[in-house]
Amino acid sequence: MDVTTLTLIELRDALRAGTVTAVEATRAYLNRITAHDDAIGAYLTVDAEGALAQAAAIDAARAAGQPVGALAGVPMGLKDIFLTKGLRTTCASKVLEDFVPIYDATVVERLRAAGVVVIGKLNMDEFAMGSSTENSAFKKTHNPWDIERTPGGSSGGSSAAVAARLTPGTLGTDTGGSIRQPAALCGIVGLKPTWGRVSRFGVIAFASSLDQVGPMGRTVRDVALLEEVIAGYDPRDSTSSQREVPTGLADLPRGADLRGLRVGLPREYFPESGLDPQVSSAVYAAVEQLKALGAEVKPVSLPHSPLGVAAYYLVATAEASSNLARYDGVRYGHRAKADDLYGLYARSRGEGFGLEVKRRIMLGTFALSAGYYDAYYRKAGQVRTLILRDFEAAFSEVDVIATPTSPTTAFKLGERMDDPLQMYLADIFTISCNLAGLPGLSLPCGFDDRGLPIGLQLLGRAFDEPTLLRVGAAYEDATTWHTRAPAEPFVARAGGAA
Amino acid sequence: MSIDWEVVIGLEVHCQLLTREKLFCSCPTDFGAPINSNTCPICLGHPGVLPVLNAEAVEFAIRAGLALECEVRARSVFSRKHYFYPDLPKGYQITQYELPILEHGKLFIEPESGAARTIGITRIHMEEDAGKSIHMDTGATLVDLNRAGVPLIEIVSEPEMRSADDAVAYLKALHEVVRYLGVCDGNMEEGSFRCDANVSIRPRGQAKFGTRTEIKNMNTFRGVQRAIEYEISRHIEVIEGGGAIIQETRLWDEGAGRTRSMRGKEDAHDYRYFPEPDLPVLVLDPAQVERLRGTQPELPAAMRKRLVSDYGLSPYDAGVLTAEPVLARYFEAAVAAHRNPKAICNWVTSELLGRVSATAVGECSVTPHGLARLVALIDDATISGKIAKTVFERMMETGRAPDEIVEAEGLRQVTDTSAIEAIVRGVIEANPVQVSGYRSGKVGLKGFLVGQVMKQSGGKANPGLVNELLDRLLAEG
Repeated sequence: MDVTTLTLIELRDALRAGTVTAVEATRAYLNRITAHDDAIGAYLTVDAEGALAQAAAIDAARAAGQPVGALAGVPMGLKDIFLTKGLRTTCASKVLEDFVPIYDATVVERLRAAGVVVIGKLNMDEFAMGSSTENSAFKKTHNPWDIERTPGGSSGGSSAAVAARLTPGTLGTDTGGSIRQPAALCGIVGLKPTWGRVSRFGVIAFASSLDQVGPMGRTVRDVALLEEVIAGYDPRDSTSSQREVPTGLADLPRGADLRGLRVGLPREYFPESGLDPQVSSAVYAAVEQLKALGAEVKPVSLPHSPLGVAAYYLVATAEASSNLARYDGVRYGHRAKADDLYGLYARSRGEGFGLEVKRRIMLGTFALSAGYYDAYYRKAGQVRTLILRDFEAAFSEVDVIATPTSPTTAFKLGERMDDPLQMYLADIFTISCNLAGLPGLSLPCGFDDRGLPIGLQLLGRAFDEPTLLRVGAAYEDATTWHTRAPAEPFVARAGGAA
Repeated sequence: MSIDWEVVIGLEVHCQLLTREKLFCSCPTDFGAPINSNTCPICLGHPGVLPVLNAEAVEFAIRAGLALECEVRARSVFSRKHYFYPDLPKGYQITQYELPILEHGKLFIEPESGAARTIGITRIHMEEDAGKSIHMDTGATLVDLNRAGVPLIEIVSEPEMRSADDAVAYLKALHEVVRYLGVCDGNMEEGSFRCDANVSIRPRGQAKFGTRTEIKNMNTFRGVQRAIEYEISRHIEVIEGGGAIIQETRLWDEGAGRTRSMRGKEDAHDYRYFPEPDLPVLVLDPAQVERLRGTQPELPAAMRKRLVSDYGLSPYDAGVLTAEPVLARYFEAAVAAHRNPKAICNWVTSELLGRVSATAVGECSVTPHGLARLVALIDDATISGKIAKTVFERMMETGRAPDEIVEAEGLRQVTDTSAIEAIVRGVIEANPVQVSGYRSGKVGLKGFLVGQVMKQSGGKANPGLVNELLDRLLAEG
């Protein structure tokens, strides 16, 4: 049996049943990484020795009859934005190239408490700024469906690793689509929970009021299982919600119907131009499938959506300019040689940050400057309120909103690097959800004629992750898109210009 | 013709709050800990950390605000204030900007010169302190982050002070209030009570303010007085000399006795404030505010009034007793144990303060209860006032209770008439010259005779009884 073909839940069950040990599972994943990650480039750091030691400890505990966690022995790579005590955490930036955290992020703590074995750290856009993972300071990550294409971003290392079976499931972070868009481009499932549902403590901040941690996996139930482990109040994050975390969503009954569910289709998310017709027809087909399962579909309007990208790039850059001020070379991280204080700052930051990060720090600094705050940051805040009201109005009529996750399938590496605006449009359908703080789920709903995956996005009411997961699971049960895997060895697909 | 200039002063005072933990993490705040030992990932500004607001600091801020008659905002907001400096770990300070926790207060002042009156307080906001930079002769700068994240309140006055005396009176009144509340230790030299002054002048009668300068680095009340006086003269000199005041920040140089330019308006930081997204809006429950209001300690001004009206002390004595919160508490404890406030006041202000400083009475070997007992022994004629001074000395030396000392050393007053009469008769016999002198009208000689009797009794004879017996026996002739 190749344990890497198991879903997260199947692997958990095998570990529980004793048909596979934690060490065997860990070795299997480490072997796959050795065999395939040269082609994919998902991992920035692999901690084989540490992982095998953790796995052995779990096997020993289980053998001794000691209580072990819900995911005991499951190996996992994690996005390099999560602080892992004693294990280098770079955020894919030169400024943190040699940074070894002295504490674990709350979500890492929770995963470890559940028995997860951390096998390494996954590539991403530097400081999560990007939609293709090409902004990593260290390496490019390739889409397993076509290694000449992007896995999406910023959690592109995570989505590629799940799709290429280099991890059985993982966590990402989503500030403007960074879980959902790479999930869509790699044909996997990604959930961006409600802002405040999952602790941000120990997660390197990009834009605090938008950032949210969420699970990524091969199936909706895998994602539900991870969500249950990581969600919930954390006294170290004052913005985390004290609401109780729903349980049992990983065990949703199979083959349920969706009678009584109302699905909204927002016309603003199906524009005449800028949306790949193959993507829109796959999403329409998915909506038909929901209908076939008993859901009622009706049009809704989110009229302020067109303002989303502009508002997002003010809020996100302003907060980023502030959050990234601490990387000054004084206490940790990259420190340049300099003759004076100004030189220390200018050179440490100048050498440490990549181009996109610098671009956003400059944009954000400008947006917060005296005399511009009202016109930019405050105005963007007002737009957020309008966008949230749009959603609230829509959710008074429907239970979930269905849209494409990304306007296109995976684009070619390098294709948009010289055109930041084009790159920013990759998040056009995912951004509003972050601005409104709402949950969003992306799941596979088809393939284009190049064999590239297409994602369906479901948006829900605040803290109504259960409905998203229930709808996602019902759709998944009725379809087979999620069972497809990219061909190995991972290669470029012939044919077709971008 | 010289112009009649009106001086306009506003003060910004930073008080370090005496909370056990820092404002956004649970690091201790104790002063004098080894360099960089009171730190954690949060106050070091490590990646991924988030602030959690210290409830005790909020309570202390509210207590200060209530004492200064501020309105407490039901909803206040923390903001980030950005600038780069090595002792500012995150590259921003978490403070309050648009919506501070407290607004619209006032403070009563009684300046040395000028009228007693109320000065408006614009706002009080909460913020975290930065660390400390230590600049070495080698050109290197060392950073100690023990102080980074310690809670502060910044108290901003209205520009309603008109002289250096006003400013000092305001500062002293404020100092007294925060120390009485126990929210700040008020140590100006260690920087836990820091003051910046905004100073400008304008021709009297003009509504528009003149250009102001901000003075920093004043570490004593005297320094504040001198710095403001210097700055006022400088403004007048510059303007009357045909020049113009530049809006700038100036540092007070205590040694040189002058202010010097630190940074001009054009170098002023653009702090790029925006609401702190990592902290929710601070929502205060009115019931909590009322609970704090109900448990506010008595403030010095109210206490002084009460000492005069309830205990009949002079305003001067009331002032001396309330100059230090610990002294006032000492006095009240003694009076609670023995209700003779005037006598206790005298003992405190003359004997006690003659030996220990007002701030140290709490650690003095004479406890409030011991002092009360001593006064009680005088009041019930167990010992004389003179013997009491001896007993007090012993109490200072040994820390023992006065009753114990009186018994052990046999200091109990003699009130046995026959025993005293025998001494009086002996003194009359032994001093015929003074006795006849007294009888011929030199009544002043009685004091000499009393002294002789007291001396022979070892100071233990009851002075009233001695007088009474002397009068009778001298009259008998």
